[in-house]
Amino acid sequence: MKQSFYGGVHPNDRKEATRHKAVTPLGAAPQQVVIAMSMHIGAPCKSVVAKGDHVTVGQKIGEIAGLGAPIHASVSGTVTAVEPRPYPGGNKVMSVVIENDFQDTFGSDLTPHPDYSKLTADEIVEIIKEAGVTGMGGAGFPTHVKISSGIGKVDTLILNGAECEPYITADHRLMLEQGERVIGGARILMQAFGLQSATIGVEANKPDAIEHLQALVGARADVHVESLRTRYPQGAEKQLIQRLTGREVPPGGLPAHVGCAVFNVGTAAAVYDAVVEGKPVTHRIVTVTGDAVKEPCNLLVPLGTSFQHLIDEAKGFAEEPDRVLTGGPMMGIAQHTLEVGIIKGTNAVLCLTRKEAAPIETEEVCLRCARCVNVCPMHLTPVYMHLYAGKGMWKEAEALNVMDCIECGSCNYICPGRLHLVQSFRMTKMELRQLAAKEKAAKEAAKA
Amino acid sequence: MNEEKKLRLKVASSPHVASPINTMSLMRDVLIALVPALCAAVFFFGPRALIATAVSVAACELFEWGYRKLMKKSLANQDLSAAVTGVLLAFVCPVTLPYWVLIIGDFFAIVVVKQLFGGLGKNFMNPALGGRAFLMLCYPVAMTTWAKAGTANWAPLGMSVGQDYIDAFTGATPLGADFMHNAAHRLPDASLLDAFVGNVGGCIGEVSALLLLIGGVYLIVRGVIRARIPVAFIATVAVLTFLFPQGGNDRLTWMLYQLCSGGLMLGAFFMATDYVTSPVTKKGEIIFGVGCGLLTVFIRYFGGYPEGVSYAILIMNCCVWLLDKVGKPNRYGVTKEMREAQKAAKKAGKEG
Repeated sequence: MKQSFYGGVHPNDRKEATRHKAVTPLGAAPQQVVIAMSMHIGAPCKSVVAKGDHVTVGQKIGEIAGLGAPIHASVSGTVTAVEPRPYPGGNKVMSVVIENDFQDTFGSDLTPHPDYSKLTADEIVEIIKEAGVTGMGGAGFPTHVKISSGIGKVDTLILNGAECEPYITADHRLMLEQGERVIGGARILMQAFGLQSATIGVEANKPDAIEHLQALVGARADVHVESLRTRYPQGAEKQLIQRLTGREVPPGGLPAHVGCAVFNVGTAAAVYDAVVEGKPVTHRIVTVTGDAVKEPCNLLVPLGTSFQHLIDEAKGFAEEPDRVLTGGPMMGIAQHTLEVGIIKGTNAVLCLTRKEAAPIETEEVCLRCARCVNVCPMHLTPVYMHLYAGKGMWKEAEALNVMDCIECGSCNYICPGRLHLVQSFRMTKMELRQLAAKEKAAKEAAKA
Repeated sequence: MNEEKKLRLKVASSPHVASPINTMSLMRDVLIALVPALCAAVFFFGPRALIATAVSVAACELFEWGYRKLMKKSLANQDLSAAVTGVLLAFVCPVTLPYWVLIIGDFFAIVVVKQLFGGLGKNFMNPALGGRAFLMLCYPVAMTTWAKAGTANWAPLGMSVGQDYIDAFTGATPLGADFMHNAAHRLPDASLLDAFVGNVGGCIGEVSALLLLIGGVYLIVRGVIRARIPVAFIATVAVLTFLFPQGGNDRLTWMLYQLCSGGLMLGAFFMATDYVTSPVTKKGEIIFGVGCGLLTVFIRYFGGYPEGVSYAILIMNCCVWLLDKVGKPNRYGVTKEMREAQKAAKKAGKEG
């Protein structure tokens, strides 16, 4: 049963700037790339190269250490440093710096499987794992783990092409220009899960992509392309599942708990590259946009290319940016330096002008207008959660299910009093996690 | 390169964009929605209605400014919330009320009801209604002396209206004693149409049900208020008065008189929906609206006042915290079965 999710907001999508711009490779390859060893949820990778090593495109330079996916070199050249560098998630992480030799020599351990129909699920998972595929939509969950943990539980395969964040058109262009990779990836995933069909959800503001994908699927009709109402956060995992299947993921649960697996369309394309072409994840499409850049564009970018380089590719700043984000304006992370490199989940470099960006208000006046309650897709009451958070009453906030918050920012966006809602919920969640850890430790200590 | 190093990038928590709607634009929309009713007031009661409203707005803004200045708080006049209070308070007072009484009401509304509790968003009662309740206690006669509608009866503009005018040109409102509290429950002289367009005696801004309705619909269409509270409120009054007409009157006529007279439309669309003093949850809003409707009818039927809307809303204002607890939305992802299982487990735990 299909069911629209509750609430949501409709910010100006501002996608016109790059909607019709084809994905182009970089005009000038970067001098050096800084490849962070943490491009996914889980433990950072251990670098397996050292200063002075020569690497080729696609060579594994980071090995899994716990939950994660390996990381590969995106350019060929010489490793000049292995040291902590700033990265888009904030902080510094261990990174491999490669000086580009501009030869782009390719060398990967993966073998292409143009006919994947004979591969078993385990083989597919292994290939995807070795290719370092992670969620390309932003969160970056290792794809091979999602598949292997979902096999047998999942009855519905969903591809996320909603791209509900304003400004970003990376997935849109991908579906439009390389739709066959997306559909191919979907079929490989179907095979891995042992399913006969899959659904791609695309927001209605991309009618050309919907039509194109439908034409590509053609008579086989194994992949359904569903047009979704343009409403943020349509592309949030839980909301997308709810829209397409009517199922609600239980609190603290995963999509697999309701028999669903959701992959970004970019992830599906990466799966296709890995299995059919034997290519690990070394590049991704990035939308460089915002009024602060001169020529917004969609670029095919080697991982580790600095934000500064991408902004130069967009002909530099038109005016001084107020802030530069990785990702969209609703959930993106503001950067303090442009030296950070692209990671697998970076779908956009967004340079907002002072006019576009929300002013940072110092005084909050809550009107109790209930807009936050009415837009919350997770059925929460942000106004009260914020009250408790402001008083440090973490437990009371927990009773209002603050832990269910997906930090989509809808409440914050709509708030006429400009309350810093998401920020305070992040803090509350952190405090609650620390409290829980403390309680757990105390319990164990009491036992011992 | 050097130039770019000087970039001063702001780092803030997401989201990085905000809806263009802010407090000021919401309040401005409320003021716009009140304009039709003000026009009706000027048409029926004369320019004194306009002056009274202007005096009230000015007084409210002044008290707001003065209090916050005195207490060394940031000035908040630009958000227009005091202006809304000013208009609403003037609207629930009779046109013959001396200006100075109105100003006392403004003082009570802004300083006592609103600012002493922390200002916008913190008060637990609607300031305008709080001010009105205060005036009703202090100046009951002045507050219930209603000018007749019509050009011939326009009130003089002076500071206070003379006794000779009051003797000559004031009369009962449709909700007067004959109608509500006389055993006969005689229907008012004014026709239903008059009561609907506002050609009746009453408070400045509450007479014209039609124009208030237009303003209310404007607010709903603009997304400033949600329809739940006014619909629940008005529907409750309609159902109750339709089911229980008094004095052998025709059900429908009785109901329509009840809907069009008194402060029902003004209360339902502009006062019960006051953000600060109404629930934020869907269920809470509906209970709030129904509660307002019930209390309004009870006060009209069984109370000493002919008019119950303002007290009904004030009483429900005090229940908002509770209503929001009752109305807490169902947790996402928790199905009915899961809830029942949880309840059963709790029960078993108690018994065991």
